[in-house]
Amino acid sequence: MDPGDNQPAPRILSSRLLTAVWAALACLTGLTMLLASIDLGFYNVLAALAIATAKALLVIAFFMHLKYEGRLLKGLLFLAFVLLAIFIGLTFLDLAFRAPGQS
Amino acid sequence: MNPAGHPDAADDRGFLAPPGGRRGLGSWVFSTDHKRIGLLYLGCILALFLAGALLGLAMRLKLMTPGNELLAAQTYNAVFTLHGVIMIFLVLIPSIPASFGNFLLPLHIGANDVAFPRLNLLSWWLYLAGALVAFVSIFSGSGAPDTGWTFYVPFSQRTTTNVSVAVLAVFILGFSSILTGLNFVTTIHQLRAPGLTWRRLSLFVWSLYATAWIQVLATPILGITALLIFSERVLNLGLFDASRGGDPLLYQHLFWIYSHPAVYIMILPAMGVVSDIIPVFARKRIFGYKMIAFSSLAIASVGSLVWAHHMFTSGMSDLAVLVFSFLTFIVAVPSAIKVFNWLSTLYKGSISLEPPLLYTLGFIWMFSVGGLSGLAQGAAGANIHVHDTYFVVAHFHYVIFGGTGLGLFAALHFWLPKMFGRMYNRRRALAAFWVILAGMNLLYFPMFILGLMGMPRRYYDYLPQFATGQFMSTVGSWILALGLLLMFHNLYAGLRRGPLAGPNPWGAATLEWTLPSPPPRENFAQEPVVHKGPYDFPRQGGHA
Amino acid sequence: MPEPRRDQAGAKLGMWLFLYSEMVLFGGLFLLYAAYLHRYQPEFHRAAQGLDALLGGINTVVLITSSLFMALSLTALQTGQPGRCLGMLALTVLLGASFLVNKALEWGEKFQHGIYPGSPGVLALPPGEGTFYSLYFALTGLHGLHVLVGVVLLGVVMLMLWRGRLRQDHPALLENAGLYWHLVDLIWLFLFPLFYLIT
Ligand SMILES: [Cu+2]
Repeated sequence: MDPGDNQPAPRILSSRLLTAVWAALACLTGLTMLLASIDLGFYNVLAALAIATAKALLVIAFFMHLKYEGRLLKGLLFLAFVLLAIFIGLTFLDLAFRAPGQS
Repeated sequence: MNPAGHPDAADDRGFLAPPGGRRGLGSWVFSTDHKRIGLLYLGCILALFLAGALLGLAMRLKLMTPGNELLAAQTYNAVFTLHGVIMIFLVLIPSIPASFGNFLLPLHIGANDVAFPRLNLLSWWLYLAGALVAFVSIFSGSGAPDTGWTFYVPFSQRTTTNVSVAVLAVFILGFSSILTGLNFVTTIHQLRAPGLTWRRLSLFVWSLYATAWIQVLATPILGITALLIFSERVLNLGLFDASRGGDPLLYQHLFWIYSHPAVYIMILPAMGVVSDIIPVFARKRIFGYKMIAFSSLAIASVGSLVWAHHMFTSGMSDLAVLVFSFLTFIVAVPSAIKVFNWLSTLYKGSISLEPPLLYTLGFIWMFSVGGLSGLAQGAAGANIHVHDTYFVVAHFHYVIFGGTGLGLFAALHFWLPKMFGRMYNRRRALAAFWVILAGMNLLYFPMFILGLMGMPRRYYDYLPQFATGQFMSTVGSWILALGLLLMFHNLYAGLRRGPLAGPNPWGAATLEWTLPSPPPRENFAQEPVVHKGPYDFPRQGGHA
Repeated sequence: MPEPRRDQAGAKLGMWLFLYSEMVLFGGLFLLYAAYLHRYQPEFHRAAQGLDALLGGINTVVLITSSLFMALSLTALQTGQPGRCLGMLALTVLLGASFLVNKALEWGEKFQHGIYPGSPGVLALPPGEGTFYSLYFALTGLHGLHVLVGVVLLGVVMLMLWRGRLRQDHPALLENAGLYWHLVDLIWLFLFPLFYLIT
């Protein structure tokens, strides 16, 4: 068994691809600002977060080359996000369910 | 000192010999050799342990009789705070991983060093800096911190004592811990020797791996919490200030999101030590290797989901109390799996009761008592009765001192001969153990009863009905101190003047025992190739 | 003999682990943000109107563009164009610095209106709005600190490249500095909507 669990071949991304990713990011920024000017109530927050997540995935996949890395790094990134979601989620078990007057 | 000047005599001292003829402090504090860094950590940790223990003795002396005024009230508050801060952040969190982990990890996986040797040295420097800043916080500003090691708001925001500097020290120490963790994870992934598959890793390495993950992923929460307390005090952000619309309970959430997993940073490596020692002295393969390795990871992950069991009486929602109580019971399962597997390994083994094994058995006893009493508090109903009483104090001293402490002592008795090449006195090591065990139980067991009777923790004085238990506890602290003196003296005398230990005094099967004691600077002259597991002992009589 | 490939994979794994811990560090503040947004939704919406969404948007574009140049600089080094790599890095640093200037102007404007951490102006705000600004200063402050560290780090990388100490076949330092820079960008991608767009 190979001792290195994490040995991808170095991958060179073309300037064209990177620029296309940048254009997508810029468009999404415009889109999210446009959406913010329409009043959707709490959905504004959800929509903004969804777009931010999409942008983040683009940055991670291409600018940070994660798309071309081994399974280990991808899995670990997923783990970090799950962990954060759990920290926040379990805290909300307290915050969202306090009895009235318990502030 | 090596008066003979014979080249071979110098070679015998392995990595302890002055590198390139350079001796003195510089050859240690600037060395990137993982073995030297491990010993630096070990020295600092033991010195700070003694400092923390002295503070504990002072506290016990003050509490010996009701109405005793040996320490002024404010001094007493500072003493229990410092005892906690030193023991938790400077001793227990680095304890086994930073000292024995650093020394042994590359040896166990057949590597010449950790993945990032210079980063490793930086971790130690940060640890030292953190210790210095903590020291400064005691003697500068307007008095030593008096909040307890938990730094709970609102008191930590308002007290005029030097909390701002103390939390900076905590931040720096957290950074050091993160760097050690990421170094270890990378080392285990990248630097295993050929043939050393994941299933052939020693269980000590497995426990370091699980610990390192907690260090990387939970410690940043401590970092941000410390920064928040700092900015609450300096910048007056008011994020936890109820009068400005903040929620003080969120501080407790953040604090325990790190600080509960932190107890696993303390205990998991000790469990790894136990898992490595027991098969050696039972001359048997470990029972349930896979389950022990898996349970380390299970403890690390489920242990991250139970933090709010420290907050059952804080005014949290009832649903949260229910869920966190349930999760707390679940995390007991993997710990129980470990204890079961250790006992099964001993069963029908060919046991030789050498000092490392005896200290290990002490670990199992103390950890079991402490762990089971932890379940009693994890039950939401019982928790309301014992919350913030001496019951809690007894519980975590059983787990952390009886567990991690005895685990560390077992590791000292097991690996010091490897580190220094010399053997201590066996009979004295056994005697010291019994004194320590008696002292520990006399010191902490009465606290269970005091807690059930209603004695609150951290109080300066107490009612007459608690006098008997408090007195017994103080006597126990003296016996424990005596036992520690005996043990440390015996170990020190052994490493100075003891007989040569030889490469493998215990007949163990992990890779470090294939090297001379102390190991040479470059560890393995040739990269070892591994064909067997860590607990495959050669058969008696030489038939392989 | 550790082969260079294995070494580089190790350096990358170590860097990613560091990035995960950075994410969790910011995660603690995001937890506070989520908790207080839950508690003070209307107040947050009102307070966010005090921030200039256009300015935030410009800063977002500045930062993603700097990330593009960062990524291009790696491509340039890998294809054997150290000169182009140096130029791309210079652009990255320039944009990073302008992000900071922009941020400083924005903070300065707030300070002039008496809004800064613990100021009488903040204390006079209704509870939830004061909390919003405390979070704003804590999160953008910590993020700004990271941008500053990134700018310094990239300066060091440029210096090493200038002296020819970064080679095409061993770009680990450049790669890792880049990963750090992209992470800083990543965090801003979330800060931007959470503070500027929830009006
Ligand atoms: Cu706990």
